[in-house]
Amino acid sequence: MIELHGLHKAFGKQVVLDRVDFEVREGETVALMGPSGTGKSVLLKHIIGLIKPDSGTVIVDGKDVSKLKRNQLSELRSHIGYVFQNGALFDSMNVFENVRLGITDEAKYSDLDYCRQRISECIRLVNLPPDTIEKYPAELSGGMRKRVGIARAIAGAPKYLLYDEPTSGLDPVNADIIDSLVQRLDHELGVTSVMVTHDVRGAFRVADRLALLSDGMIVMQGTPKEFLASTNPKVKEFLERDFDNPTLAA
Amino acid sequence: MKVLAALGRWVLEGLSHVGRLSYFVVDAARGLVEVRIWWPRMMIEAWNIGAGSLFIVMLISAFAGAVTALQTGYQFTGSIPYYVVGTLVVSSIILELGPVLTALILAGRIGARYAAELGTMRVTEQIDALESLGRSPASHLVIPRVLAGLIMIPALTVLANLSGVLSGWISVKAVLPVTDADFIYGAQYYWRPWDAYYSIIKAFFFAGSITVIACYMGFNTQQGAEGVGRSTTTAVVTSSVLILVLDTVLTRLLLNQ
Repeated sequence: MIELHGLHKAFGKQVVLDRVDFEVREGETVALMGPSGTGKSVLLKHIIGLIKPDSGTVIVDGKDVSKLKRNQLSELRSHIGYVFQNGALFDSMNVFENVRLGITDEAKYSDLDYCRQRISECIRLVNLPPDTIEKYPAELSGGMRKRVGIARAIAGAPKYLLYDEPTSGLDPVNADIIDSLVQRLDHELGVTSVMVTHDVRGAFRVADRLALLSDGMIVMQGTPKEFLASTNPKVKEFLERDFDNPTLAA
Repeated sequence: MKVLAALGRWVLEGLSHVGRLSYFVVDAARGLVEVRIWWPRMMIEAWNIGAGSLFIVMLISAFAGAVTALQTGYQFTGSIPYYVVGTLVVSSIILELGPVLTALILAGRIGARYAAELGTMRVTEQIDALESLGRSPASHLVIPRVLAGLIMIPALTVLANLSGVLSGWISVKAVLPVTDADFIYGAQYYWRPWDAYYSIIKAFFFAGSITVIACYMGFNTQQGAEGVGRSTTTAVVTSSVLILVLDTVLTRLLLNQ
């Protein structure tokens, strides 16, 4: 379970997160929506301890992330897969080595036979051709890089998956492929997922619950149905940006 | 008043960098236990530094040796014995020109490369990705680069010294009536084994300043491509200035006998 209580973060004078309370229960997929620049990625990075809060707490599996020691944080991170916005693949390594780094168990990482088998499995799960493993990130398209990023995130069989804008910058066809992939992985792997996105259609398709972040605060959390029924002007404005009739798109 | 305020801010910023740099070094040192991770990467980096820099380092040192020899001949012909040329060439190259020129060249070549590489990795979230995978950026990225520099830069300095002395020897024979025996006699007359150690010790300190500052700047890069450019420039300028400061300090400390 992931719990954020009273999370506050400012960069200089700019307040990015203002007393945010947010919760993700075991096994569910939550889409965190909001316009660009509202602090969605900053919130996600708090969960994995890449950013420390100014105040408030981030609890993952009952542990306060900001108070963990280095080795405890590494241990926690080995149970969390993080999919970066642009893949964040290592340029100097081929896909095989990139995905291998996601195998966080050191004994398994050192076992080359296990790595070969596990990497092939992950590449298959994200619908990439087997020969992709020999390629370098520069030889891949944007959509392929995102899928390799997902393969790396699931290689260590994590309990949690955090997606940072998995469909941004993709054409609608590729965005749909990634959304379907996220949905399928969540069901097949049984992970708890948080997906940061400003793609409302994708969020409605994939998530069990939604949250809307605006001006550093969570405006609303609820199921897709509750969002559609909401009279909150910020929610309505955000949903109407993406589709005129949300019920049809959902 | 504004000047004082600006000066105060500059001093505070400098102190803040010193603090963060110290923390960075201590933090990186913790990764030393992960030998399995940094050893293979260090070997690759060492090869890159050595093979990639050997030609330019020896070329520049050769020219420095030749010019030192020719200028010595020009200034002292007729006033002092010719064997003194050997003394001056060997001492100038080994005590000063070899280590300092090599370090300044490598501050540009290696320092700029490291700062740009790590800076790009920072702005494209590759360093965050390493951390998110529970892996230490220190043992994967910093330690291999710093250790490779600490090994290869002194080694390159030794080769630069040899290149400079040989070039000076050949040059002085070409333009002055100096025999091999004169040159060797002069070279040995004021020679102390400590001079060679001094040269290597200086190179070791210079290597530390080049690699640590480049890695620190790269790691703290912000704001995209512009930030990478800024980090790279700052790394080269800062390590070049630090090399000159260290040169003065080490000369005072190590040759004060």
